[in-house]
This record gives sequence, C-alpha cells and structure tokens, in this order.
Amino acid sequence: MAVKISQEECIGCSSCVSACPFGAINMEADKACISEACTVCGACVDTCPVGAIVKEVEEQVVAMDKNDYKDVWVFIEQVNGQIKNVSHELLGEGRKLADAMGQKLAGVIIGDSVESLAKDVFASGADLVYVVEGPEFKYYTTDGYTNVFTDLINNYKPSVILMGATNDGRDLGPRVACRVKTGLTADCTNLGIDDQTGLVAWTRPAFGGNIMATILCPEHRPQMGTVRPSVFKRPEQDFSRTGEIIPVSSKVNVKDIRTKLIEIIKVCTASCNLEETEIIVSGGRGMCKPENFALIEELANVLGGAVGASRAAVDAGWKPHMHQVGQTGKTVGPRLYFACGISGAIQHMAGMSSSDIVIAINKDADAPIFKAANYGIVGDVMEILPALIEEFKKNRQVC
Amino acid sequence: MEIVVCVKQVPDTTEVKIDPVTNTLIRQGVPSIVNPFDKNAVEAAIQLKEKHGGKVTVISMGPPQAKDALKECIAMGADEAILVSDRAFGGADTLATSYTLAAAIRKMGRVDMIICGKQAIDGDTAQVGPEMAEHLDIAQVTCVSKIDVAGQIVRLEREHDEGYEVIETQLPVLLTVLRSINEPRYPTVKGTMKSNRTVIPVWTADDMNVQPQYLGLKGSPTQVRRIFSPPQRVQGELIQADTAREAAIMLVKKLSEAKLV
Repeated sequence: MAVKISQEECIGCSSCVSACPFGAINMEADKACISEACTVCGACVDTCPVGAIVKEVEEQVVAMDKNDYKDVWVFIEQVNGQIKNVSHELLGEGRKLADAMGQKLAGVIIGDSVESLAKDVFASGADLVYVVEGPEFKYYTTDGYTNVFTDLINNYKPSVILMGATNDGRDLGPRVACRVKTGLTADCTNLGIDDQTGLVAWTRPAFGGNIMATILCPEHRPQMGTVRPSVFKRPEQDFSRTGEIIPVSSKVNVKDIRTKLIEIIKVCTASCNLEETEIIVSGGRGMCKPENFALIEELANVLGGAVGASRAAVDAGWKPHMHQVGQTGKTVGPRLYFACGISGAIQHMAGMSSSDIVIAINKDADAPIFKAANYGIVGDVMEILPALIEEFKKNRQVC
Repeated sequence: MEIVVCVKQVPDTTEVKIDPVTNTLIRQGVPSIVNPFDKNAVEAAIQLKEKHGGKVTVISMGPPQAKDALKECIAMGADEAILVSDRAFGGADTLATSYTLAAAIRKMGRVDMIICGKQAIDGDTAQVGPEMAEHLDIAQVTCVSKIDVAGQIVRLEREHDEGYEVIETQLPVLLTVLRSINEPRYPTVKGTMKSNRTVIPVWTADDMNVQPQYLGLKGSPTQVRRIFSPPQRVQGELIQADTAREAAIMLVKKLSEAKLV
C-alpha cells in the first residue's frame, strides 16, 4: 500500500504539503514529493485540486475467513461485584454497532461469583453473556484474563471487541490483540461503521489531541478497540430485557498466572472518582501553590463532586496522577466541569471536551479554555473561588 | 541485572500548533525530544543498576535521527544503545513495532527486565510495551509507580482507580512506568562526553530473526482511514462583573436557572 503523486499531473500548487499531518510532503522542482515519513494515512488525497494523488491498495497476503467471525463483544469490567460505568457506556455503543451490522451484542464477564451481574448487562442492551468464573479471577491479572479472553475468541469468534480504556483495559487489550494477531485501536472517542467497507471505524485523538485519526482493521479479526470512559452516555437500562447466559469453564492453570496481587492500597476517596462522577472541579497551574488546592477541594465538596488537576499541577506534585485530566490522564465527561486556573492546552481539552457544561475561571482573558467554556469568568481564582464556595453554600441552603 | 529500556523519539506535541486558517498541524520548529515517559523509564533503570549492579541498554526503533534520543539516554547514564532502523519497518502499527522490538531484544541474549514509558505522547496508545511482553512470553505490569527488586522477586506498585495495587512477580518482567515514579536526572558533562564518543549500532531487518510479512506496513493490521481536526466546542458567554462576589452570584444564578446545580 502506498500514496503516490503523479509527477505529470501535479501542478505544483503545494496545497497537499500543509495537509500532511506528518510533514512527509516536500516541494522539489515545483512538484510535490512524498518522503519516508509517509504513513499512508491518505490525508493529502482529497486536498489535491487535480486528483494527482492516489492511495494504492495492495492485495493483502493474509488469508482469513472473516465471515467466520460474528457478533460484537463488550468486556464487562467489574470491581467487587459492581459493573463499571464504562462497560455500560460500551454496551450502549456496542448495541448500535451490532444493530448496524445485523449481529448480536454479547457481554463477557470474568470474575468470582459474577453470574448475577448478567441481568444488569442484559438491561444495558446485551443479547448474550459469556460468564467465566473462578476464585483465581476475583481480581484482574494480565495472564489469567488474557488466557480466558483468547480462549473465548478462538472458540466463539467475535467480529468486534470493545474494552474500556481503563488501566486494566489498556493492560488486557494489547496482550489479547497480540496473541490473536489482530489490530487494536487505543483510546477511541468515537465509533461508527465505515460506509465503503462496512468495517468498524475507530476514531481517536493522536498527536497529543492535536489531530483525530479514524482507523480501520480490514483484514484481521476480531476488530478490537479500547474506548475512553465517559465519552459516551450510559444507555437507559431496561430490566425487562433478558438474554442467554453462556457459562464457560476456564482452562486456565493457576500456575500460569505470573503476577500475584499482594494488597490494594486505597489512597483516594470519592474525590478522585473522576470517571463516575457528575461534577468535577479541576485546578491547574493558575492555582500557584499546592495549599491553594484546598479551595478546589472545598468547592468539589460543596457540590458533591470530584477533584481534577491539569498535567501542570500533577507534574508540579500538587496532586497525584490519578486526579489528572487530559490526554495522558483520565478522560472525563461530567455534567459540570469547573476549570480553575487552567489555560486549556489541547492535551487537557482532549480529556474533558465531552463534559456537558464547562465553566472556566482564569485571569488571562485570552486563555484557550474560554473558547471551550459555556460560562467564563475572567479573574483571579483566589478571589473567585471563595466567593463561589460561599454562594453555592447559600444556594444549597435555599434549596 | 540486564535491563533494557525502550525509548521513542517524538515531536514535542505540547509545541505543536494548529494553523487557524488551514486547520492543519504546524510542524515547523517543533523539536524532537525523548518521549517524556521514557525518560522516567531510563531513570528507573539507572536507579536499579546503581542499587543492584548490571547494565542498562536503551533501544529505539525509528529513523536514523532517533540516534539523538539514544545519545541523550546515554548522557543520562545508560551504558549502551541500539537503534533498530530499516525502511522495511516504516508505517508499522503497534503490532508490527512490538514484533520488531521483541526480535531485537531476543537477539540481545539475557534480559532480566524491560522498562518502557507508560505511553508515547505522539501516538498515546500504551500498547507497544504489553505487546512486546506477549511476543517475548514474559509477565508484564503496567502503570508502575514503584519498583523493588530482591533477588528474582520484583515487588511493584501499580496505579489503580482509587490507589495502588501491590503486585509481586519474578524476573524476567516487562514494566511500563508513570511520570510519578521518579524525577529523571539531567545529563552530566561526563555523560554527554561519553555519549558523543559512543557509536550506536544500527540493526536492520537482516540483522534479526524476523519474517518480512510481519514488518512495517505489511505487518500492520490497522490502517489509518483519515485524519482530521478535533471537533471544537462552541464558546459560551463571559460573565462580566466588577467584583469577584458579583461574578460568583451571577454564575450561581445562571447555573441554578439552567437547573445545573
């Protein structure tokens, strides 16, 4: 596969040069030339006014009977018998994909005594639930869960697998994809069906959130992706729905699990549960010093929300990483997002742009965060936040 | 202990700007840097070497100029570096990249620990580490914030939703590390002089035991269909007030009226 520019047809207008996200097109002797940096993304093809750029598709060498693979699967992540929000969000999206493809939607639950969760999975839209139970699956392990998942894939051959882009989902996804030798698109923020091919179109931010890329997995099955939490809304549940439960006995040998969980240290309270909360109050570099985060915490507390932080605040050591919102932190989509002293770098926006309502407080009127905010206040966070806390307290008393 | 650190040279994505007219990336003047997470991986490896002895080798797959990134790691204190570079590797997705890097690591002989940054700031996939562990059939622990080694036993702290998991495993193991694990040291003058003298070997496809159909674009199951600018949120209203108190009152009023609080 390659992208080629016809030297005869090229009129030297150079409009493709700036269209290339990878800087792979240069002008040589008034003709556009493609360098080694080309990733064959095809972004230049449509920009050529004379159609001189073509993307050639090579015959694929891999032969696999793709028709053997059917159904859309969602990995159901659960903690202590409670299904995570992201799994419900994925069941909602998975339902749409399955309907568009005319196939079934299945949930995959792995754990210890977890069959009772199936009704919750059916209520969110699944037709089938595969259940694998055993005491060795009480907690997530890379080896245990990978072995179970790849056995399931080999036996039941799903066409599409969705996993949450959580710490565990991002640990499991690549391990499974590599074992079954298929493609995995990480951290998707949009899913759809490609018109031309009928494949799943996986869309994700890349380049620190500066660009979006839509990825396909044409010749390999299953098509796999991890999907960021909170970018899709949780579907309305219908508890009258039922489905088929398929218990699968595990062939995993406990000896093959090479890591052992010794203990879980909880350092966070509700204040860092960013992915499950409705309100988030985040602070950034503009908070100036770690002590000032007390105001962020107080406002979050008054509103019953969680505390977020920009990368600058986390890198400065003001807040632990698990509070970080952004491209390299968590993706959040609360009803209300307060950005306090956050300038709004594109990396931060990539983590919070699916919030319903954004409120920005910053002393720099030109800060990019205001472009993304529904309500903005230009001013000093150290004055505005105490006033806001007081007003919200009063407001709460009235209600 | 033989430690391998995988590093990637990336454009500094925090310096990338979008051309407001054409909506495309402005790449001019964007510096190439060592992926920030990978510097934490190098630091973690050097600290382990200082404590337990052994050798730190940094490895990168990329174009010839990625040698600069490797030299920076040597200046920090890594012992050796290898560049894996071949036109045949071009256009590789994470599966083909991890296949190629795993082949290079296999060629190195005994390796006790492989450390990677949690993710690279250009692709942000966090996939190459776990996929390498799978190719090499060794244990993996991702999102690590603390490493303790005692003999063959490795005790790790792994970040989780509400805190940390303490995990024990045995060497060999592949780890991916968070920024919070340490503060990467700056290159020393001595280290920089050493890095200038270091000749970095370049391994091509012919130097490794690899099959051509698993390399580069050919070996990549995923394909980029299209690339576009991220959707923009629509700007709302700025609250104009003379004092902080008035601004706060107006905001709370608007939010209550809209039934948002």
